Amino acid sequence: MEELNKKNIPNGTEDTEAPLDKNIRLMSPTRMVVRRFFRSKLSILGLIMVIGLFLFSFVGPLVYTEWGETELDRSGTVEYAFAETTYTVNGTEYTVRQTIETNLTDNFLAPPSEEHILGTDDQGYDIFVRLMYGGRISLTVSFLAVFVITVFGTVLGGIAGYFGGVIDNVIMRVCDVLICLPGIPILLIISTILTASDIDAKYRIYLLMIYLTLFSWPGTARLVRGQILSLREQEYMVAAEAMGYSTSRKIFKHLVPNVMPQLIVQMSLSLGSMILYEATLSYLGLGVQAPYAAWGTMINIISTNNDILQNHLNVWVPAGVCIVIAVLGLNFVGDGLRDALDPKARR
Amino acid sequence: MAKENNCSFAGSEYILEVEHLRKCFPLKKTLTGKVTSELVAVDDVSFRLKAGETLGIVGESGCGKTTLGRTILKLHEANGGRIIFDGRDITSLKSSEMRELRRQMQIIFQDPYSSLPPRSTVGGILSEPVSVHKIVPKEQIKDYVLTLMDKCGLRDYYYERYPHEFSGGQRQRICIARALSVNPKLVVCDEPVSALDVSIQAQIINLLKKLQEEMNLTYLFISHDLSVVKFISDKIGVMYLGNIVEYGDKKDIFARPLHPYTKALFSAIPYPDPAVKMNRMVLKGDIPSPANPPKGCRFHTRCPYAKPICAEVTPEYKEHETGHFAACHLLEE
Repeated sequence: MEELNKKNIPNGTEDTEAPLDKNIRLMSPTRMVVRRFFRSKLSILGLIMVIGLFLFSFVGPLVYTEWGETELDRSGTVEYAFAETTYTVNGTEYTVRQTIETNLTDNFLAPPSEEHILGTDDQGYDIFVRLMYGGRISLTVSFLAVFVITVFGTVLGGIAGYFGGVIDNVIMRVCDVLICLPGIPILLIISTILTASDIDAKYRIYLLMIYLTLFSWPGTARLVRGQILSLREQEYMVAAEAMGYSTSRKIFKHLVPNVMPQLIVQMSLSLGSMILYEATLSYLGLGVQAPYAAWGTMINIISTNNDILQNHLNVWVPAGVCIVIAVLGLNFVGDGLRDALDPKARR
Repeated sequence: MAKENNCSFAGSEYILEVEHLRKCFPLKKTLTGKVTSELVAVDDVSFRLKAGETLGIVGESGCGKTTLGRTILKLHEANGGRIIFDGRDITSLKSSEMRELRRQMQIIFQDPYSSLPPRSTVGGILSEPVSVHKIVPKEQIKDYVLTLMDKCGLRDYYYERYPHEFSGGQRQRICIARALSVNPKLVVCDEPVSALDVSIQAQIINLLKKLQEEMNLTYLFISHDLSVVKFISDKIGVMYLGNIVEYGDKKDIFARPLHPYTKALFSAIPYPDPAVKMNRMVLKGDIPSPANPPKGCRFHTRCPYAKPICAEVTPEYKEHETGHFAACHLLEE
């Protein structure tokens, strides 16, 4: 072998393997994922649905300014009251007839018209406008919640998976306990406490979502931990150790980026469930409360009013449609991402 | 600390001294965490390595070569013995204290596929250690990395590429470049060529040799391929079941192997001429389990020259010729 080496390869710098073509670039992993994602029609549809809802909720109110979120339409039907007063002056009877015109009743339960695109609800609020404002709350709250859940779950799951042993045990047992707790009953209790402690209706939903995040991070933490358990045995992690990288660099620069695919999928799927959660809370009257709008609150109307349920579909169906579009769209995007990020998939 | 510095100042000619190194892995533990049975992967290994030299460690699979390499780099915690690197005892250093020393001792892995992070570019992989250890000022990092890539036979436009775009040999070049990016003194090459095909093996070995001359590197070269070890090493250590059974200069060992295991190993080297009749010494049986190693000389179960004493007494590892160590009862006569 010695002689062979010296004859053919005088020095190690010469690389006889086929070099990569300078001009033909293989795609980076990210670009490959993007391409695979846009190959699926369903995920494009999902993306359009989600982006559409975002534009509707966040840009919509800036464009359509006819009505405000808590602005009542007071141009309701004019009511006339007749008053008849009889006086007797010097034996002669005079009758004074008065017409009192009242113009201040709210224009409630109006059918869709030019003035109110989707009509008004039982208070006289414009439904179309409230749909947009409701979307703002629903989307903001669920994105914030998912963001916090992901950060929490990644940090704790990463630490548990990387260090193992006692730390892992403690964090995972806390997860187990949190997963065991029943969600809705505790939410009801907390909501009662919030009502008693007189907190502004606007901030209630945020407090409830903070609570929700506290109870939802274990799912993400378990996912991250599981991935990191398998990734930390990879040889490139030994290489990182041999390089003398700090522990936080190893976890957050070498391990977490490799969990990112699973995390992104998990995030997009849990966004959908957070929107549902928010709607459920608002529907049960625990979340956003009048006069502020949320999709769940808008549907809540039917729980007390049978007439609206049967005869005024324009009041509550649009909110339901919005929730369905949001959840479906996010799930399509999540599924599309999962397929696109699967390393075993074809190019 | 000051004392250790004095030691290195005294100019010990050895960059790495390993004394009675021992590494075991627990197999069974009681509930209280007490180890009841363990696997001794490296047992009582001692050698010294001069700066600029290459020590080849050979032995069949499972004999503890890789564990030895990783224990020396403190990627495994040693269970006994001492590791003295550059005059400084590093055996009991904590991992935070090791971090600074890591730039002086590096490792190249066997599998170039799993040892590169899949989600960074070549440039990212190579510049990360440079910036973490502050080898050069920030604005010079890219130039430094490109020079390094050129040294290792990587084209400059590979900088933006991802590891999955490369073949095995090119990936191994990236691994070598990464290990050398921090200007180490000692590089543990853990079977760096056994995952590559033969023509690429030769290139990588030549590259390692060239870089050793340029950067005055010391290699601990672990391999099961005797022809590769013969080509690159100055000293050779033969391992069997966690022990070094023979150690000495390459020339001495190849000319006069002392230990029967070494003889058997050398007789297995293929010779590229069918006309030559090989007089092979074929060992019977498998390597015994390191979890339950044989008593006495560990090799006696397979040794063709075994005597009754071999099964009873562990042979002493001592110098039989100048600089040529071996552990065998047959040599006592």
